[in-house]
Amino acid sequence: MLRLLIAFMFFAIPVTAEEVVLGKSRDEVDITATFNGADILLFGAIKREVGPLLDGQLGVIVTVAGPDEPVTVWRKDKKLGIWVNSAAVDIGIAPTFYAVATNAPLSEILDESEDVNTRITINRAIRSVGPAEGGSDIFIDSLIRIRSENRLYQTLEGAVNVTKDTLFQTEISLPANLTEGDYKTEIYLTRNGKIVDLYSTTIPVKKVGLERWLYNMAHEQAFLYGLMSLAIAIAAGWSASAVFSLFRQ
Amino acid sequence: MQIYLPIAEVSVNAFLLLGLGGIVGVLSGMFGVGGGFLMTPLLFFIGIPPAVAVATEANQIVASSFSGVLAHFRRKTVDLKMGTVLLIGGLIGAALGVLVFNYLKALGQVDLLVKLCYVIFLGVIGGLMFIESLNAIRKTSKGVVPKRKKHNWIHGLPLKMRFRVSGLYISVIPPLIVGVAVGILAAIMGVGGGFIMVPAMIYLLGMPTKVVVGTSLFQIIFVTAFTTMLHATTNYTVDIVLAVLLLVGGVIGAQIGTRIGVKMKAEQLRILLAIMVLVVCGKLATDLLFQPAELYSIGAAGGH
Repeated sequence: MLRLLIAFMFFAIPVTAEEVVLGKSRDEVDITATFNGADILLFGAIKREVGPLLDGQLGVIVTVAGPDEPVTVWRKDKKLGIWVNSAAVDIGIAPTFYAVATNAPLSEILDESEDVNTRITINRAIRSVGPAEGGSDIFIDSLIRIRSENRLYQTLEGAVNVTKDTLFQTEISLPANLTEGDYKTEIYLTRNGKIVDLYSTTIPVKKVGLERWLYNMAHEQAFLYGLMSLAIAIAAGWSASAVFSLFRQ
Repeated sequence: MQIYLPIAEVSVNAFLLLGLGGIVGVLSGMFGVGGGFLMTPLLFFIGIPPAVAVATEANQIVASSFSGVLAHFRRKTVDLKMGTVLLIGGLIGAALGVLVFNYLKALGQVDLLVKLCYVIFLGVIGGLMFIESLNAIRKTSKGVVPKRKKHNWIHGLPLKMRFRVSGLYISVIPPLIVGVAVGILAAIMGVGGGFIMVPAMIYLLGMPTKVVVGTSLFQIIFVTAFTTMLHATTNYTVDIVLAVLLLVGGVIGAQIGTRIGVKMKAEQLRILLAIMVLVVCGKLATDLLFQPAELYSIGAAGGH
């Protein structure tokens, strides 16, 4: 009887007890005058309760998303013999940066239904305004293609290394043309395509030092900033002229 | 060396910008054009957002024009009186141009309008100048002394004024109209307008080429300074780091360009400017006429 009770209690412990523990190589990204992109190393472990090892394929998906911004995508068409912007689609939410890194092909470790709910893949993370009009898909595809060429959108299948189903690590490289803001970083743990745990954190990307100061001044004291720009221009013009006339004498 | 630009929010090679500034500065000093019509497309090409490129370019032109005009002041080749008349017209025109620009922006297709303006004006001005200076070169090589048309309908207009440096005694109405027209175009196209102003001064007002360059630079300083302030206070798109990198090369280039310009004959100077204008025109025209490699482009929301 007692044995049965113990056995019963044992099985009553929830079985899906897998959790993500994360570390990262930097807590924030500072944009300095010589900023030329940054690599962020994300590493962690899967913490488990004591118990039998879970079956099914393990998936680790890391997403890093920059601030959302609405954009308009234009298409050129030939009109009256010249190529002009003719059609446009407003895209309500498009992250300025988006990277997805996984340990295996996404189709194997993430169910379609889970993707619909969590919007993990790039295609799901972008949404056009209102009901999808006919043919707006091609505009979204073009947005993804252009941003992928600029390394702003990255799908890195297989870029997450998982050791012994427990330790994982990946590196996300941010290009130089970043938008400031909080970069939402999420780690999804999946078993057989179902999400079993999610870990969220943010990595702030911000301008520091001179960059910060100039940016703030340009926005908060625009008139003074304009005058300063002109003063620098006049001073530079005058000094070049003065130096050259010295050379001549 | 990579430098991150705080307003443009991109990282660029500092030496590339110094070099670009230098080349455009030489042209600016030689021809009396601000160089905006060359620099702005170059900045687009290296990935600077268009709004930042146009605004920052205006600031850089202030520097190279100021550097150039000082060199011309020493040679006494600036007609201050004519410059002031053109400037008054130019500022009125710039204000009108901003209104036209905002109206077109509301309609959409502002990009296309700017490009068409470029192609038409560069093509017409470059073509006319090329033919005229080619003829002038032929005549001088045959030993025929070129003579300027002394009298036309312009001389019949009232409000005459003596422009001693230019050696002209004409009505103030034509220079004012030229100033307004150039101001409007300059504001729409986001440039100082030197490449329109210089031919207009030579062919419409009949000013001597040697005075034209300095006088054009003189009025460009004020028009672009005005544009810089306008952009800085309304759009916050002047990137001071980008401007400094460009103008360091620009002011040095302008000094060198002024010296080259003085050594050259007026017809040669004009034909070179004409060729340069036609090359830029050809490039822009091919962009419009041939199918681009990428049909899609990304813009800020609500731009249509």
